[in-house]
Amino acid sequence: MRLGVLNNGYGPGTKLLFALIRLLSRHPVPDAARLVFYRPDFYGSRAKKFTHEAMRGPSAWSVGDRELMAAYVSQANESAFCISAHSATARQAYQDEPKVSAVLADLESAPVEEGLRATLRMLGKLTREGKAGADDMRHVLSAGVSRQQVADALAVCAAFNTTNRLADAFGFEVLSPEGFEAGAKFLLKRGYR
Amino acid sequence: MLTEDKKRAAYRALQDRILTGEGRASPEKRARAFSNANFCQPLDGLIGKVASRPAQVTDSDFAAARAAGFSEDELFELVICAAVGQSARLYDAGLAALADAIADEEDR
Repeated sequence: MRLGVLNNGYGPGTKLLFALIRLLSRHPVPDAARLVFYRPDFYGSRAKKFTHEAMRGPSAWSVGDRELMAAYVSQANESAFCISAHSATARQAYQDEPKVSAVLADLESAPVEEGLRATLRMLGKLTREGKAGADDMRHVLSAGVSRQQVADALAVCAAFNTTNRLADAFGFEVLSPEGFEAGAKFLLKRGYR
Repeated sequence: MLTEDKKRAAYRALQDRILTGEGRASPEKRARAFSNANFCQPLDGLIGKVASRPAQVTDSDFAAARAAGFSEDELFELVICAAVGQSARLYDAGLAALADAIADEEDR
């Protein structure tokens, strides 16, 4: 990563934990994890709490839907690490590789429910253009999405607009496909806490 | 209208911590990074990229900031403030648009 403290600035307890993770997973500790372990009182502790609430807290959206939103927002931001990480997690959550690939290739023709398509379209516009209006929200609501689901989707969007920026600014190393699959398995089992 | 939910409250807690809690960069610098406004060169380039085109951040952006005297811990904090600041503006814009759509629906 571009800051030396994010590569080497950890205490003995955290270094031991990283060694244990490497041993058990047989993969390097992802930079996303290293970031939240550095001075966790400044960012990591509260960021993990918010992201876990957005991605695994109560919602009418499934875990797969929310992971797909994370991948879609990451694609709008061209964030290579996060696209791979969250498309792998969405694929595992849905057990449906073609569906995730189709959404990322062409949302309009992808085989998804209209409510999810309208929500992804709105999240993509908000992320790319930095704005959304009442008309954008009316389109989502008229596709059968509840008000609370829109608010929940906006929380996912906020979480990944933050994470994408940090991944690209700090220079997260892109993992091997096996590394991303192992990370996805971990995120589905343990969440973001 | 939607009530303040647990997700929004958790986001506010993150925002409040990075802006007003203890840090190596001054609260004033953190606030400027958060709002992506009024940073002098050379940090305005890095902060602006984090907010608007993060995929274009380069090693040179960090090298220029270090050469200007910013420590690694200050840069850690200021980059986080810029990232959270931009996502907070998107979150607020989305929730405001949703509130407008709900108000229109209820007026009918």
